[in-house]
Amino acid sequence: MSFDSDYAGAYEAITEEHDDTRWAFGTGFSDPLAGVDTTVPPDVDGADLAAYCQMLGDDALIMSHRLQEWCTRAPELEDEVAVANIGLDLLGQARFLLARAGTADGTGRGEDDLAFLRGELEFRNVRLAELVNGDFAHTMARLLVFTTWRLALLAHLVDSNDPVLAAIADKGVKELTYHRDYAARWVIRLGDGTAYSRERMQAGLAAVWPYLDELFRPHEVELRLAAAGVAVDPSTVREEFDAVLAEVLAAATLDAPEVAPLPGVAGRYGRHGVHTEAMGYLLAELQSVRRVHHEGARW
Amino acid sequence: MTTVRSDDVEFPHSREHDVTSSPNELQRHFERTIEHDHRIEPRDWMPDGYRKTMVRQIAQHAHSEIIGMQPEGNWITRAPSLRRKAILLAKVQDEAGHGLYLYSAAETLGADREDLTVRLIEGRQKYSSIFNYPTLTFADVGVIGWLVDGAAICNQVPLCRSSYGPYARAMIRICKEESFHQRQGYELLMTMMRGTEAQRRMVQDATDRWWWPSLMMFGPPDVESPNTAQSMAWKVKRHTNDELRQRFVDMTVPQAQALGVTLPDPDLRWNPERGHYDFGEIDWAEFKQIISGNGPCNAQRVAARRAAHEGGEWVREAAAAYAAKHTGGRTGPDRHKSTYAASAAVQDRHKSTYGDSGSAA
Amino acid sequence: MSGDAAAVSPRSQWPLYEVFVRGKRGLNHVHVGSLHAPDDEMALRHARDLYTRRNEGVSIWVVRAEYITASSPDEKDPFFAPSGDKVYRHPTFYEIPDNVPHM
Repeated sequence: MSFDSDYAGAYEAITEEHDDTRWAFGTGFSDPLAGVDTTVPPDVDGADLAAYCQMLGDDALIMSHRLQEWCTRAPELEDEVAVANIGLDLLGQARFLLARAGTADGTGRGEDDLAFLRGELEFRNVRLAELVNGDFAHTMARLLVFTTWRLALLAHLVDSNDPVLAAIADKGVKELTYHRDYAARWVIRLGDGTAYSRERMQAGLAAVWPYLDELFRPHEVELRLAAAGVAVDPSTVREEFDAVLAEVLAAATLDAPEVAPLPGVAGRYGRHGVHTEAMGYLLAELQSVRRVHHEGARW
Repeated sequence: MTTVRSDDVEFPHSREHDVTSSPNELQRHFERTIEHDHRIEPRDWMPDGYRKTMVRQIAQHAHSEIIGMQPEGNWITRAPSLRRKAILLAKVQDEAGHGLYLYSAAETLGADREDLTVRLIEGRQKYSSIFNYPTLTFADVGVIGWLVDGAAICNQVPLCRSSYGPYARAMIRICKEESFHQRQGYELLMTMMRGTEAQRRMVQDATDRWWWPSLMMFGPPDVESPNTAQSMAWKVKRHTNDELRQRFVDMTVPQAQALGVTLPDPDLRWNPERGHYDFGEIDWAEFKQIISGNGPCNAQRVAARRAAHEGGEWVREAAAAYAAKHTGGRTGPDRHKSTYAASAAVQDRHKSTYGDSGSAA
Repeated sequence: MSGDAAAVSPRSQWPLYEVFVRGKRGLNHVHVGSLHAPDDEMALRHARDLYTRRNEGVSIWVVRAEYITASSPDEKDPFFAPSGDKVYRHPTFYEIPDNVPHM
C-alpha cells in the first residue's frame, strides 16, 4: 500500500466539507473588532466607556485565567473539555471588551497592551475573579456566582446604547447561559451527592460568599454610564441573582452561608484597582513572557 | 500477565454449540475482510490477539493525547498574547477530546476507561515518549505543533485506513483537527522568526531540543520491531517505523529551510540516488532511558495524571451518588421529579427574566 | 480518602453513553462516539462540548449504551442468533501483557 494512496484517501476525508463554524478555530482568533464600527456614541465619555469595558473585560480575563489553571487537573476528562470551553468563551469576551476599551479612550491601546502592560492598580476586575483556586467545589461555587451575576448583567446590556457593547452582550448571553447551567449542575450534584461532597460544597460557598456584595456595588463610572443608557448598574440585578442562587442552593440541599461581606480598603474595591494579594502573583504569571520580550517582539 | 474482568455478563469466549460458523470459517472470513480493506466492527468476530493488540494500541494512543496536554498546558497562563492564549487553550482542549474519542474506540472492544487509566498511572501501559521532555520556553509550543504534531500526523494519517472501524473513524476526526494544530504551531514559529534576535534564538534552541525526540516518536528501527509484521498483516499498522520516519524527515527539511532554522544533524543531506534525505544515527540509548521511565519528565507526567484522577475521585463519586439518588440507579425517562423541577425552574426563570433568546424582557 | 484510590472504584464510575448527532444539513442522526457521564443531563451537555463543539442548530441524542440493542452487521457471528443483542457483549476475560512494546 503506497503512501500516496493512503494520504490521498485520508486527506479526502479530512478536507471534505470543511466546517467553517468549527468554533475552536473560527473567527475568534483574529482581531476581535475587525470590521466593526467602534465610534463612541455621542454624549458618552470615552474615558468612562473604556474604564467600563476594562471592568467587564478584566472580570472575564481573570476568571478565565483561574479556569485555565484547571487544565490537566479536572476531575474527569469530559470536564476538562467543559472547563476549557468556558475559559475560552470568557477569554473571547475579554478580548472583545479590552479591544473596545482601547478604541474608546483614544489611547489606541490594543487588547494585548491592556492585558500585559497594566499593573495591579489598573486592573478593574472584582476580587471574586482573582481568588486562588481551591478544590473543584470551590471553583464551582465561584463559577456559579460569577456566571449568574454576569449573565444577569449582560442580559440587560444587550440594550446598551453602545452598539459594540450590545453585540458583545448578545453573544455573551448565549455563552453564559451555558456556563451557568454547568456550574449549577455541579453545585447541585456536589451538594446533594455524598456527605463528603456536601461538606466541600458548603465550604466552597462559604469561601466565596464574602465576595458577593462587591459584585453589586456600583462604581461611579457604572452609575454615569447607566444613566446614559450604556452600562448596567449592577445593584439592579441583585434580586434576580439572589433568586437564582436560592433556587440552585435549594436543589443542592445547601444553605446560603452566613458570613460578613469582605470590606474594601478605605472604601475601595476591585473596580478601583484595589485587589487581594493574589492579584500580584496572577499578573506576574500572566504577563511574564510578554514583558521579558516586550521590545519589538512579534507573537 | 493480568486478567481484566468487565462488568458485563460473563460470556464464554468460544462456544461449541449454537455457532453459526466454525472457527476456521470465522478466521477465514476475518482474514478476507482485512484482505479486501473492509472494516472490522465491534460486533464482528476477531482473533484474541487482534483484539488485545487493538486495545493496547488504541489505549496507548489515548494516553498519549491526555499526557500530551501537560507539556503544552504549562504555557497557557503565560502565553504572550491573548490570541496565542486562545489558540493554545483550544489546542489542549482538542487533545482532551482526542483522548476521549480514542478511549471511546477502545471501549468498543470491551475495555473500560477507568481500568485503562489505572494501568497508565501504574506504568503498565505507556504513552508516546515525546511527552517525557520538558517545555522550557514558549517557542517549544510552536515547535511541538510543527514537529511533534507533524510526526503524529505522519503516523496517524495511515491509521485512518486501519482495519478496525471505530479506530479508523476516530483517526479521521483527529487528523482533521491536528492539521490545524500543526499549522498554528508553524505559524507561531514563522511569526517569532520575524521578531527579535532573542525570539529567533528561542526558536532555534527549541528546534535543537525537539528534533531528535520527534524522530524517536516513530519507534525503534524496523530490525528491532518484532511486532511490526503481525500488525502489518492485520492492517493495524500500515507502514513500518523506518518508512514513516523517512517520510517525516523528507517533509520537514524543506519546512525548516522555509523557517530559517537549521536541524541539529550534521549528517542530514539529500541523497539523489535514494530520492530521500539521509540523516544521522539516533541515540537509541537515550530513547531506551526515556521509555523505561528515566526521562526528564516521566515521573512528573504520570504523577500529574495520578493526582488529577485520584484527586477527582470524590467529585466523580458525588455525581454518581446524585444520579443514583435521583433516578434509582437508572437514568431512563422516569427521572425523579426534583431533578427536572430544579433545572426547569432555573430555565423558566431565565426565560421570564431574559426573554427567549436572552434579550431583556 | 476512599481506600485504595488506584483501584477501580465502581461507586464512582459513570455509565457509558452513545452519542448520535444530526448536523445542520443532516437528514438523520449519526453515531459519532461515546462518553461517560453520571446522568442523562450531564451526558447531553458533554456530548455538546465534545462532539459538536457547541455548534448551534445541531440535534443530539444520548443513550445509555446498555439500552441499545444491536444486530450484527456481519452474519458470521458465532455468539448470537441473527436476532439482536447488546452492543458491547464481549468475552469478558482478556489479558493485557504488562510488557508493552515500543510505540
